[in-house]
Amino acid sequence: MRNRRALRIAAPLLASFALVASACGSDGDTSSSASDAVEDTETTDGTEVPAGAEAASGDICLEGDVVELGFLNSTSGGMAISEQTVRDSLILGAEEINAAGGIFGKQIEFIEEDGQSEPTVFAEKINKLLTEDEVAAVFGGWTSASRKAMLPVVEGAKGLLFYPVQYEGLEASENIYYTGATTNQQIIPAMDFLASEGVETLFLAGSDYVFPRTANKIIKQYAAVLGIEIVGEEYVPLDSDDWTTQVAKIAEAQPDFVFNTINGSSNVGFIKAYDEAGLSADNSPIISVSIAEEEAPAMGVDLTGQYASWNYFQSVDSPENTTFIEAFQAKYGDRPTSDPMEAAYTSLYLYKNMVEKAESFCVDAINEVADGVSFAAPEGLVTINGENNHIAKTSLIGQINADNQFDIVFSSEGPIQPDPFLEGYDWWDPTAG
Amino acid sequence: MGSNSGLRPWFSIDVFVGDGRARARLSPTGRTLLDDDVKAETVDVFTTPFLTGTANGAILLMAALGLTLTFGQMGVINMAHGEFLMVGAYVAYLTQQVTGATGFSIVVALPMAFIFAGLLGLLLEITVIQWMYERPLDTLLATVGVALVLQQLAQDVFGAQGDPVVAPTWLGGRISVFGYEWPHRQLFTIVLALGALGALSAVLKYTGFGRRIRATVQNRQLAETLGVSTRNVDRITFFLGSGLAGLGGVAISLISGTNPTLGTAYIIPAFLVVVVGGVGQLKGTLIAAWVVGVVTAFLTDWISGSMAQVLTFALVVIFLVMRPQGLFTARTRSLA
Repeated sequence: MRNRRALRIAAPLLASFALVASACGSDGDTSSSASDAVEDTETTDGTEVPAGAEAASGDICLEGDVVELGFLNSTSGGMAISEQTVRDSLILGAEEINAAGGIFGKQIEFIEEDGQSEPTVFAEKINKLLTEDEVAAVFGGWTSASRKAMLPVVEGAKGLLFYPVQYEGLEASENIYYTGATTNQQIIPAMDFLASEGVETLFLAGSDYVFPRTANKIIKQYAAVLGIEIVGEEYVPLDSDDWTTQVAKIAEAQPDFVFNTINGSSNVGFIKAYDEAGLSADNSPIISVSIAEEEAPAMGVDLTGQYASWNYFQSVDSPENTTFIEAFQAKYGDRPTSDPMEAAYTSLYLYKNMVEKAESFCVDAINEVADGVSFAAPEGLVTINGENNHIAKTSLIGQINADNQFDIVFSSEGPIQPDPFLEGYDWWDPTAG
Repeated sequence: MGSNSGLRPWFSIDVFVGDGRARARLSPTGRTLLDDDVKAETVDVFTTPFLTGTANGAILLMAALGLTLTFGQMGVINMAHGEFLMVGAYVAYLTQQVTGATGFSIVVALPMAFIFAGLLGLLLEITVIQWMYERPLDTLLATVGVALVLQQLAQDVFGAQGDPVVAPTWLGGRISVFGYEWPHRQLFTIVLALGALGALSAVLKYTGFGRRIRATVQNRQLAETLGVSTRNVDRITFFLGSGLAGLGGVAISLISGTNPTLGTAYIIPAFLVVVVGGVGQLKGTLIAAWVVGVVTAFLTDWISGSMAQVLTFALVVIFLVMRPQGLFTARTRSLA
């Protein structure tokens, strides 16, 4: 009796679950639904109070001896492990700046909010930080979906957001400073590296959402210019760990190199299947854009000899980086430092330098002087490009060694100017498939 | 450009060159790159997807076997079943922390995972599910909540970043089957799944306890009047079903390591497999898991991974519309 009843309920339920689940996985459209939700919160809220702009007296938009900043990172949910590292380095930066006298003479007080790994929560929390707490600027966000969800809110509130993660480009906002790499600072240099290695055939493996799809579109168009043949292109939904069939295709195609834009835990399934199929750095090298010092040891497979493209590695040899690593490990113990952590730390110092150049906390005043503001970051000198609010940064290719650190094998000649829309690359056709 | 580009032939001749990989050409950094001209060795278009699909089907079978008991026999929609898979994977990880990455850690992990996941299932049955036997929809909602709790617990204890489970060396090799280098791990998965299936069907068929389960399923009231403690049968069945998920978790940990949300990717396919096979039918579950695994693998080979999932699910939905009772039907004497 129970059987039948359960079945009658379960069958249609499961069927609809399955369709919804597979439809979600098939397309990187989470951001669009997220921004729909944002618009709802905006209209219900209705407040368009600038971040303390009119509220405060004087022409520096801030009263008192402290400057309040919002740190918005996920400390729960699936992204927590990554975003907590960003939060940790932001707090380190704030303490350092306070010890050295604060920003423009004002001590930093930070308000922490948890994005809960949900784009809609990011939108709500940044709205709260900007309109209720009236913080001077917000630092955080990780996934593209979280950034896309925050964008209309931060623009509506005329606030400031500092976003510390490499991403797919094709975006620029007056209210967001992007301190991670855009595609011409990570993807394109990686292709230049492959061309210099004499690579003739390339296989693309990625998670099925906006970043890998966009990155691979750029890779395919640039590969045609470089004379590299794309011998395969495979996507697997973000939540799927099963790469065995796709890896069998790689083993069969025998490409010179694999370009890996897989994100999150799906990387583990990919790397394990790769190892199982007898593929390794010796016979089938991979270049990745989302495996860093923290992810490499979590694979359960020796990755020695594989490559990654970033703008910062813990192994960067500079006095600024030595200081950064020492301060970080003194505070948090023997943990690795990674690219997004460094980009977040750098974003706080860039904000300090912008405020002090503008001699004001007003968003308009800051935007006016932003162009050319620089900071000697752990990764090297970075400079804000006032046209698109991204920063010029040096591109690095690292090769994983036995200690899960990266030996830097390739570096761009100095910082690369950010070009989020790839306007300086005549081969780029955003409308092509 | 190369011999591999363009349309692939439906059949090709396997050429074995040495260890199966021919090399040529040096890159500027001294790495050997494969030369197009010597890439003659190809696998025919059926072998690879068939074998990997069979192995994936075995994983699905491991994930679904426990459900044939708890859902199939008892009618409980346990959405936390995926989390028992996750628990099994973490048991494999913890075992490895204790024994080291030696060859037998996986062998030790299997019974440990079975018992631990089974006990967790028993706890769930006693605390939540036994109060909801006549309310399948409430069970569904309650167990979704339990699933979320277990995921967050795992994240708090082990961290959101997955932990690695290292396959023992005896699972690291490959055997050549019609030109496809078949990993031992996939073969192991198939043996494990068939072993678990065989053991389960033997228990159901030949033991007194198995008879009591079948009696309870066929007619609960009549079984009770004959002195069968259906309460105990329910508990032990739930223990077995959850324990089987623990075994499945160990097998999955060899594919993807551990992570707190590992179960979510398997719960829906596992339910689909049980429903397609015919609820409560072991042979149906076996065939359905194998067919879904192989069909997905072929579709993945021909189109993309994401589209293959969509199409497989669509095919399953069409199948269920045409044959809602699944491949096989249980013949019961109950009136409903």
